[in-house]
Amino acid sequence: MAIQRDEVRRIAGLARLEIREEELDRIAAELSSVLDYAGALKRLDLAGCEPLSFAPPAAALRADEPDGRCLTAEQALAMAPEAEGGFFLVPPVIEGQDP
Amino acid sequence: MSARELWRLPARALATAVRAGECTALEAVSAGWDGPAALWERDVHAIAHSDPGARAAGAGAAPSGPLAGVPVVVKDNLCTHDHPTTCCSRMLDGYQPPYDATVVQRLREAGGVVSGKGNMDEFAMGSSTEFSCYGPTRNPYDLARVPGGSSGGPAAAVAYGLAPLALGSDTGGSVRQPAAFCGVVGLKPTYGRLSRYGLVAFASSLDQVGIFGRHAGDVALLYALLAGPDPLDATSRASLPPDVSGWDGGVEGLRFGWPANLWREGVEAEVVAGLEEAAAWLERAGARRVPFDFLPGEYAVATYYLVATAEASSNLARFDGVRYGHRDPAGHDLHALYTRSRSAGFGAEVQRRILLGTYALSAGYYEEVYLTAQRARARIRREYEAAFSRCDLLLMPAAPTLPFRLGEKLDDPLAMYLSDIFTLGANLAGIPGLSAPVTPAAGGLPRAVQLLGPDDGEALLLRAARALEVRGERARLDRSHEVEFAWPTKR
Repeated sequence: MAIQRDEVRRIAGLARLEIREEELDRIAAELSSVLDYAGALKRLDLAGCEPLSFAPPAAALRADEPDGRCLTAEQALAMAPEAEGGFFLVPPVIEGQDP
Repeated sequence: MSARELWRLPARALATAVRAGECTALEAVSAGWDGPAALWERDVHAIAHSDPGARAAGAGAAPSGPLAGVPVVVKDNLCTHDHPTTCCSRMLDGYQPPYDATVVQRLREAGGVVSGKGNMDEFAMGSSTEFSCYGPTRNPYDLARVPGGSSGGPAAAVAYGLAPLALGSDTGGSVRQPAAFCGVVGLKPTYGRLSRYGLVAFASSLDQVGIFGRHAGDVALLYALLAGPDPLDATSRASLPPDVSGWDGGVEGLRFGWPANLWREGVEAEVVAGLEEAAAWLERAGARRVPFDFLPGEYAVATYYLVATAEASSNLARFDGVRYGHRDPAGHDLHALYTRSRSAGFGAEVQRRILLGTYALSAGYYEEVYLTAQRARARIRREYEAAFSRCDLLLMPAAPTLPFRLGEKLDDPLAMYLSDIFTLGANLAGIPGLSAPVTPAAGGLPRAVQLLGPDDGEALLLRAARALEVRGERARLDRSHEVEFAWPTKR
C-alpha cells in the first residue's frame, strides 16, 4: 500500500502538521512500510469478529457520572500561552479584524 | 541508618524503618539522591524533572502509612501538582498541572513521596527512551545500550537504586519491555484497574498505568494501594480489584502455557535460554507446562500500530497552542497557529504516528484500515481467551532481544515497532502482564521473561514472579554483589 507525496500532504493538512517538501519522500516511504506490514491482517481469518474498540466489555465499566469537580477559570488559564480578561487568546478568526 | 544502607532497602522495609523512627521520611527520600545511587544519575539520565524542595515538602507530609517516606519515581506523563508534567515533549515544556493524577494522589495518601519525574519517549511513543526532548536515558547495566521504553527513565531509576518503586504507563509494552531491559519487575495491570485520570492520553483504549519494583512484594503492595474504581475515570472498572495479598503463595499446581512457536525464529538465543530457565524454575516449584501454538505476534503489531495511532491522532488534537503547551508566535491566523505550533512542538516520531493514525481514520481508508484492525483486535482477544481456557498463565519473551544499542533502531520505525512484538497483545486484549528478571545473560545484561494472565489475573502473575525471584536469588548466591538485587556493574 504505497503512499504518495500528495497523500502525505493531504493527511498532514488534516492533522494540522506542516511537512517540509524535502521530507515528503522519507515520510511517504516510512508510512508505506508500516502499512505494507499491516497488510498482514488480510491473511487473518476474521470471520465472526465484530470490531472491538474497548476490551474488556464496556458493561464492566462504571456508569458515567461526573462528580461536578472542575478547575477554576484562574487554574484553567494559568498555563495558557496567551490569555486576556479571563479568556484564552487566539488570532483573529475573521479576516480584516484586529485581535 | 545512613543513606548508604537506606537506598538498598525494599519499599516495605524502608516504610517500616520510617514508621519505627529509625530514619526520617526526608532521609528515606533523599537516600537515592544523596547516597551512592546519585553517582548513577549523571550517566544514566533517568530523571527529566527533579525538585529537592518538592521532595522535602512531600516527605514532610508523609511520616505514616504503608509507604511512609518511600520515594517513587513517576513517569513524566502522570500529572503531579508539584512537579512539571511534560511527556518529555517540547509541546509541554514547562507545563505544571493544577492537579495530581489519581494514582499519584493515592500514592501520596499512602505516605509515598514523588522522587522525580521519569524520562520517557515523547508522549510515550517509542521503545527505547531515545525520543525524549531532554535526551535519552541509558541502560545502567551498559551505558551504550537503551533502557527500553517508553518508560525507560522510571525503569532505569529503579534498577540503579534511586527509588525502590516507580510508576509508568503501558500502552503497548512501555512498562514490561523497559523492566525487562533494566532487570526489574514491571506490572501492567488489567485494563481499567488503575485509574487513568491524570495520565496524559496516548491511546485511551490501550493505556494503563503500570508499576516497577525491584521486588515482587513491593509491586504487590503498590498495586494494592493504587488499584480500584475511580469516579474520575469512566474506564476504571467498577468492581473491586483482585486481592494480591497472596503474592507469596507459590505456584504449586499452576498451569503455564508454553507457546514455543512464537520464538522459533526471530528471537535471540539468550532470550530463549532465559525462557527455558524460567520454565524449569516454575516446574521445580510445582507448576506444570502446557505446550501449544499461539497466534504469531506479527498480527498484534499490525493491529496495534493502526489502532494506537488512530487513537493518538485524535487524543493529540488537543495540543493546538491555545489552552496549554507550545504556541508558535508566527501563527497569524487560527489555522496557522494550530499548524505551526503542532509542527514545532511535536517531535518526529509523534508526528509520524499522528500521520499514520490520521490516514487510518480518513475517508476512504476508515473501513479498510481501521475497522479491519478493530476486527483483528477482537480475534486477538479471543485467542487469549482460548489460551486461558487451557492454562492459568502464559509464559513468553518480554522482547525478542536483549537491550539494543543507542541509535540502532532510530532510523527504522518498523524495526523499533517490532521490538514490542510480544507485549502489544496484552494491551489489545486488555489483560494483565508482567515481566520478571531471570539470571543475567552472558556479559551481564539483564534478561527477563513475560507472564500474561486472564482479566484480573494480577495475583497469579505476582505469585509466579515471586517464584522466579526466589529461584533467581538462589541462582545468584555465588555473585555476592547481586544478592540483594541484580546490581549493575558499571562499564
